[in-house]
Amino acid sequence: MEVYLDNNSTTQMDPRVEEVYIDNIKKFGNVNVIYNKGIETRALLNSAYDTLYEGIGAQDADDIVITSSTTEGNNTVIKTFLHEFLEGSEKNHIISTVAEHSSIKAPLKYCKKMGMDVTYVGTDINGLVNIKEIEEAITDKTCLISVLIASNETGAIQDIKEISAIAKKHGVFMHSDGAQAISRMKVDVTDLGVDYFSFSAHKFHGPKGVGGLFVKGGVPYNTLIHGAKNVMGGKRAGSLYNNGVAAMATAVEIANINLPFLDHTTQTLRNKLEDELLKIADTKSYVPRVKRLKNLVAISFRGVEGESMLWDMNENGIYISTGSSCSSEDLESSAVVEALGEKVEIANATVMFALSKFTTEEDINYVIEKVKSSVERIRSISMTYAKQEAFTQFVEDH
Amino acid sequence: MARDELVTGNVWEQYSKKVQDRMNNPVAMGEFTQEDADKAGAKLIVADFGAESCGDAVRLFWLVDESTDTIIDSKFKSFGCGTAIASSDAMAELCIGKKIDDVVHITNTEVEAFLRDDSDQPAVPPQKMHCSVMAYDVIIEAAAQYKGITRDDIVNADIICECARKTRKDLVDAIREHQITDIDDLIKTTKAGSYCKSCIKPGGHEPRDVYLVDVLADTLETLENERLTSAAETTESGANSFDKMTIVQRIKAVDAVIDEYIRPMLVMDGGDMEIIDIKENIPHFDIYIRYLGACGSCASGSTGTLYAIESTLRQKVDENIRVLPV
Repeated sequence: MEVYLDNNSTTQMDPRVEEVYIDNIKKFGNVNVIYNKGIETRALLNSAYDTLYEGIGAQDADDIVITSSTTEGNNTVIKTFLHEFLEGSEKNHIISTVAEHSSIKAPLKYCKKMGMDVTYVGTDINGLVNIKEIEEAITDKTCLISVLIASNETGAIQDIKEISAIAKKHGVFMHSDGAQAISRMKVDVTDLGVDYFSFSAHKFHGPKGVGGLFVKGGVPYNTLIHGAKNVMGGKRAGSLYNNGVAAMATAVEIANINLPFLDHTTQTLRNKLEDELLKIADTKSYVPRVKRLKNLVAISFRGVEGESMLWDMNENGIYISTGSSCSSEDLESSAVVEALGEKVEIANATVMFALSKFTTEEDINYVIEKVKSSVERIRSISMTYAKQEAFTQFVEDH
Repeated sequence: MARDELVTGNVWEQYSKKVQDRMNNPVAMGEFTQEDADKAGAKLIVADFGAESCGDAVRLFWLVDESTDTIIDSKFKSFGCGTAIASSDAMAELCIGKKIDDVVHITNTEVEAFLRDDSDQPAVPPQKMHCSVMAYDVIIEAAAQYKGITRDDIVNADIICECARKTRKDLVDAIREHQITDIDDLIKTTKAGSYCKSCIKPGGHEPRDVYLVDVLADTLETLENERLTSAAETTESGANSFDKMTIVQRIKAVDAVIDEYIRPMLVMDGGDMEIIDIKENIPHFDIYIRYLGACGSCASGSTGTLYAIESTLRQKVDENIRVLPV
């Protein structure tokens, strides 16, 4: 049996999205050509744009720039302000949070290298950023606040609407990394009040290699990809991924239709999984459910190192992720999980189960059974779960 | 960056079968209590290394026979990833039956080598090596506890050159890596012995227990044994190349080809040949031969026949062979 529960990393394409993706492969004409081969592509893209605008609540005066991914969207926004700074703007300060993804942290690190200032606001024990701290960090030099809408690791959902209001009050632009939003909550960029909002289709059962960047009408924008001016008004050059864009639009549409399903089915399964796993001794889950993505459980089993848990899950055909340092490139445990105010050892023992609409009750029952047996097995090996009394006695004796 | 780095590798796929098996079914996993030690008439040692916050921690249990300073049984417990568990398991097993003074020489590279399926293929990818470092550290911790001394005492005890602070391991690693066979090269490469010079050989400024020449001789002997074992193993599997063979294996290989392809041709003409010597003359292998019988006086011995022998050996044995009649 195979159960994929790493849906905050990437998801399986919806069969209806797949159909749109495949059907439109044949529409290969470039949208910007003057001869008739562009007609069907233009019709396809116009219809896709209508769906996208409606799907995320964008207004006609706004742009949705097609990108390759959330990462590209995030880079575009941050480097917009880097370019302004390099061209002589006085505004050299960006505010962000410790909970961000590397696609925000890495470009911010680059901005710092180029001479800008960056403030990272921390999160509390529930993974939520302290909004007051954000407001206090704002100076005359602040040009941008960038806060992710929800963490892929802890699932904590930030109050973007309130942060946007504060940004507006101080004349600062507001960006939100929305990678975890669509299909996991209702998204209305106008209501959120953001100036920029980035997303990727593959996070909500769309294809990989295509995403979008919402840019509110009239806010600063510097293109990241320079080239022909007749594609997307020069905002992002390069031939468009026609069928990918169409498939993404369909994926947004289906994600919105499926929101009630998320509420009653996926969330119920998530709750069942969490309730059952919490029955295991010395187990703790993070972020209160009301503040957390409805498809996620972030949980730690004391004495069970995250990567070894992933190993045992993998042996059973179950795919999940971890905040453990062992499995990360730089051998550092997850800063996002650490930011929950937990000790580092807990970050090393935290694993995440992220469900999707394809997750079934049978899957969850199987996962519950296998997690229980794996925790028991790994704890039998674990020194931190060894018979403490025996060791304490030994230390006293010597 | 290059082609092979463009698709991210998966560390798990690079684990040897032995690492995977030990992760799934560790053999030396468990604990000993004072009761177990009393029953075995042994001293119980329990040592910890690492911390959960670092992502890895290991506890080593030994039952030590105090009359011989020998570890009669060894078990471990570990908080860590697959590599940490597998290497702790291998480490605990490697301790069994060893004396305390020998066990402190077990390094993480040795543990890694023990976990290989194939001697040429690392058991874990490079970025996972750090997960096995604790295997060495916890042994030192346990040995220090047994002897009632500190870790530093043990680590320093292994220092051969005090001036350059070079341990036996540093020297052995250098000899292996740079294929050092000469004491002067060892001094030049490692800087050991280049200050007060007492540690080079007996008769220096201060007497020592162990000298650089001893370490070199021991290591060369170990390397030679390894080479012979590897040559024997690969011959058995039929995969050995001429340059990796011992001299005996080379003679046998050349003789086999001569017997099969060359000798019948010479015998038909009333002649024969024998191998006198095989010398390595990098990049060539010079095979000295002597013609027997009718071949001895045949003019073709230095032209056509010689060419035929040489090309056959090049084709069947090694392309760098040269045949020289004496």
